[in-house]
Amino acid sequence: MTTALLQVSDITAGYRPDLPILHGVSVSVSEAEMVTIIGPNGAGKSTLVKAIAGLVPISSGTVSVAGSNVTNLLTHKLATASIAYVPQTANVFTTLTIDENLKLGASTLSKAEGARRIAMAYDNFPVLQKYRSHKAKVLSGGQRQTLAVARALLTEPRLLMLDEPSAGLSPLMVSEVFERLKSLVSTGVAILMVEQNVKAALAISDRTYVLAEGRNRIDGPSSELAGDSQVATIYLGAGGRKR
Amino acid sequence: MLQALADGILTGSIIALGAIGLTLTMGILRFANFAHAELITWGAYMALGVLAITGVFAGPIGPFSFGLPLILATLVAAVLTAALALVVDYLVFRPLRSHTNHMTVVFSSFGVSLLVRMVILLIFGGSAEYYSDELQIAVRLMPGLRVMPDHLFTLGLTLVIVIALHFFLQRTRLGLSMRALAENPDLVRINGIDTRTVVRWTWIIGAALAAVAGVLYGMTVQLRPEIGFQLLLPLFAAAILGGVGNVFGAVVGGLIVGLAESFSVLFIPAGYKMAVPFIILLAVLYVRPSGLFGGMRGGAK
Repeated sequence: MTTALLQVSDITAGYRPDLPILHGVSVSVSEAEMVTIIGPNGAGKSTLVKAIAGLVPISSGTVSVAGSNVTNLLTHKLATASIAYVPQTANVFTTLTIDENLKLGASTLSKAEGARRIAMAYDNFPVLQKYRSHKAKVLSGGQRQTLAVARALLTEPRLLMLDEPSAGLSPLMVSEVFERLKSLVSTGVAILMVEQNVKAALAISDRTYVLAEGRNRIDGPSSELAGDSQVATIYLGAGGRKR
Repeated sequence: MLQALADGILTGSIIALGAIGLTLTMGILRFANFAHAELITWGAYMALGVLAITGVFAGPIGPFSFGLPLILATLVAAVLTAALALVVDYLVFRPLRSHTNHMTVVFSSFGVSLLVRMVILLIFGGSAEYYSDELQIAVRLMPGLRVMPDHLFTLGLTLVIVIALHFFLQRTRLGLSMRALAENPDLVRINGIDTRTVVRWTWIIGAALAAVAGVLYGMTVQLRPEIGFQLLLPLFAAAILGGVGNVFGAVVGGLIVGLAESFSVLFIPAGYKMAVPFIILLAVLYVRPSGLFGGMRGGAK
């Protein structure tokens, strides 16, 4: 394995310091690699990506991107750290137009460069072009996901983090979104993705981490985990604690 | 009737200027800032202070009661009011926002409002003051309608400010960030924008507009330390009527409140006129709970 692009080492994190949600979690993602995080409800999957994005405070452990320390990053400096993040819900501004959503995503770029990349985004995602002056609230769940990803890619990140991109989408849309993410990886972008859909996650990604109760449980190449009975046990074992 | 219409629009446009700042800070910071009205008083008195210190009472321009000195004093007052808003946010609201619950911040704004009023009382005294003792001749626009030139100026300036603000919010990056911040602060940060900067500009704009509203009030009515206290409820009525966070709504809300007050005097004793905007407010909220033009709500830190 090459040197990691993202290295999360032994982090403890939670909204309140006395109530940690993650207890010493470690994750790494290499250049142009697709890594998924799976685990039962309450495992801390979303908290992990939020902690990397600086939205949940980290009380111990470190996060580094390409060798530089970005632990407890100020969220507005994500783009500077070459990271883009697509939250699970509320990932577009519904009161703003599609065009305005993209303009906000380009706010760290110069106006000219922003305009150039937004034009490219419209070429890549024709559906956005079609609705560009409409408020984003008219978009369907899948279209919002598209807008959110298009927005995230404007800063040309080296790492894209997505929180359950398949949530609430029809099966057809899910495979479309996953295909698009796969082709992104082939262009050299690394992806760290939280997924509820275990089968799909294992089928699409290079490596998978299984979290439970805020701790690392199993990790390895997705193709190996797909046949691992332990993965199912973790889900069943935590079944009674579903929140 | 016509006179009541003119008076209502005048009061309404001053309320509107104050309500714009209130609706912006309320939409973005998600708390009811009861000290906002005090920024109006502060702005009005700062302009008076600048006039007194510089001692210039250069002659009025044309038919108006004021001249260049008051315009310059207003600019200085706007800066001083923005400074007050930033200092209060830094010293009082910001620490409370991150550590306590919502109601604590609201009550602290009551405290701030009393404090600001007392400071003004201490410095300037409690009696009524005027920017100028020039006598103005009312212009007869048509039968039954006499208007002071100052009143026309107030109306015109409000119109210019509202249009300028609209373009600012629609066309500039900062304006876009402000609208986005009212909907989802975390997503604004994820987009690479430092929300603290946006919050600071929100205070600056809201406070500057409050200062202008204060000077216009002082110019068309009189200066008293209770200006803010008297405008407090009309401001909230206007902001809520228009939908919290909605600038256009605040302007319409301000006009409705102003007109309701001035027309009510035709039908009921003047002492009750304060109640009329609230009857309208209750009636509107009964049908449209989020105000006339909906509203956006946020919660920036």
